[in-house]
Amino acid sequence: MADAQLHKKLVLTNAFRCLECGKCTATCPISRYNGSYSPRRLIGRMISQDPANVALDPAVWTCLTCGLCNTRCPSDVKYSILTKELRAEAARLQNLPTITHGGALQATMRLHATSEQPQDRMGWVTDDLKVAEKGEWGYFVGCLPYYEAFFSDIDANPIKIAQSVVRVLNELGIEPVVMKDERCCGHDLLWGGDVKTFKMLAERNVKMIRETGVKKILTACPECYRTLEVDYREVVGKLGFEVIYITEFLADVSAQLAEKMGEIKQTVSYQDPCRLGRQMGIYDSPRKMLNIVPGLEFKEQAKHGVGAICCGTSSWQNCDATSKRIQTDRLLGAKAVGADTLVTSCPKCYIHFKCALQGESIPEDQKVEVKDLIVILAEALNGKK
Amino acid sequence: MATETKAEFKPKILVFACNWCSYAGADNAGVNRMQYPPDIRVIRTMCSGRVSPGHVIDAFRMGADGVLWSGCHFGDCHYIFGNYEAEKNYKKLEQMLKLMGVDHRRFRLEWVSAAEGNKWAALIKEFVEDIKAAGPSPHKQNGTKPVELPVI
Repeated sequence: MADAQLHKKLVLTNAFRCLECGKCTATCPISRYNGSYSPRRLIGRMISQDPANVALDPAVWTCLTCGLCNTRCPSDVKYSILTKELRAEAARLQNLPTITHGGALQATMRLHATSEQPQDRMGWVTDDLKVAEKGEWGYFVGCLPYYEAFFSDIDANPIKIAQSVVRVLNELGIEPVVMKDERCCGHDLLWGGDVKTFKMLAERNVKMIRETGVKKILTACPECYRTLEVDYREVVGKLGFEVIYITEFLADVSAQLAEKMGEIKQTVSYQDPCRLGRQMGIYDSPRKMLNIVPGLEFKEQAKHGVGAICCGTSSWQNCDATSKRIQTDRLLGAKAVGADTLVTSCPKCYIHFKCALQGESIPEDQKVEVKDLIVILAEALNGKK
Repeated sequence: MATETKAEFKPKILVFACNWCSYAGADNAGVNRMQYPPDIRVIRTMCSGRVSPGHVIDAFRMGADGVLWSGCHFGDCHYIFGNYEAEKNYKKLEQMLKLMGVDHRRFRLEWVSAAEGNKWAALIKEFVEDIKAAGPSPHKQNGTKPVELPVI
């Protein structure tokens, strides 16, 4: 990428408007624990030097891309979007991120982009769940079957999320179309600078979804939601189908669900996923869904909504001591407001918190349970029977 | 690729061999002049625990027809527990590759000690036979046709 293109990105993300006030660094969850990282300094370098120099700095990969600084910036500098663009350039210059889990998940995504072999991923659809081959409603599962296989050692069972989605939809009389050979949405590759493979995945998935003929596709993963809704449009133009986040859909029919729910005695707090909240602006529908569950007491943390803190890692890269401290803080924060369960609606937040609970950084009596929102809803529906 | 028939199929097999046992085992097979098929490419790692599922998945994408992951017997690991880690990771890999539709004949975890040159030669012979029976891998990157998407 030529410098001219990078310059254009700086203009589009308002980088030249930076006042150097430092609010981004003051609010950054990473800078709080890692003093050597400063978004302000990076922006300063980008506009005063050749941006390509910054693209060679490993600090490009430190950002969580949670977008908290975007909301605080008085000049509306879109730092997280700039980071995404800069990472594409960094990857081109062979400045690559530190990938977690030995690169297994990124390797899976890349194989998804190229392999012609059909997958065998439908094992999670048990007999009591009804899915269809054709229909109006689709469900984009994402990488959940792979996470189930890969995170078998942290007692997480992320596949429960997919099963719960189908369970709740069945309760509403919807048999969602689940694609047998759906590929990863490519979110982590896009935010990891691998734009070429991301485009291959985008084109494959869009083609596959169009072939099923679904008009509306639901997803229970904020990252899939953002990627399908925003980033796929940049690649393929018009999608030809509507992308809806599951709670947005359920909030409209919440009265119908509420009367079928049994009681759940729990005090919960909610973790706003950064992709769902700050990037896509969905704050209310998850809270509305929690409030309709009978017996569930909802406690809000001080840092919630627009000001929520990220779960500490994104795109399976750079999980370090800082990430663990952020995760520990979030879990202790939920305990501090009196919650016994921290609810999130992002499978990755869920896995990260489950992993943080495995360590010894949190004392036994301070530990809270972590659950996905849709799993709670399915449990409430099962509770009635 | 298209003209390649099954009879003349020469598989590309990637082998991860640990420095202390399996690699020395392969050496042992060599100094004892044991014959085995030349279709393997060996990567020496310091320990079988160093190999991640990601390396194996990447190998399939980059054109390997089969991957052998090999280390010391339990209790023999130079780093005490490296091969236990390898086994744990291999179990995850098995499940991931099953989801991706990779034939189970194409990947293996085996323990070969430095003294087992004969086991190494027999193992490679058997593995190459298996891969030949399985045929060329459908996961190679260069086999990918671009998806054509109409503009709507």
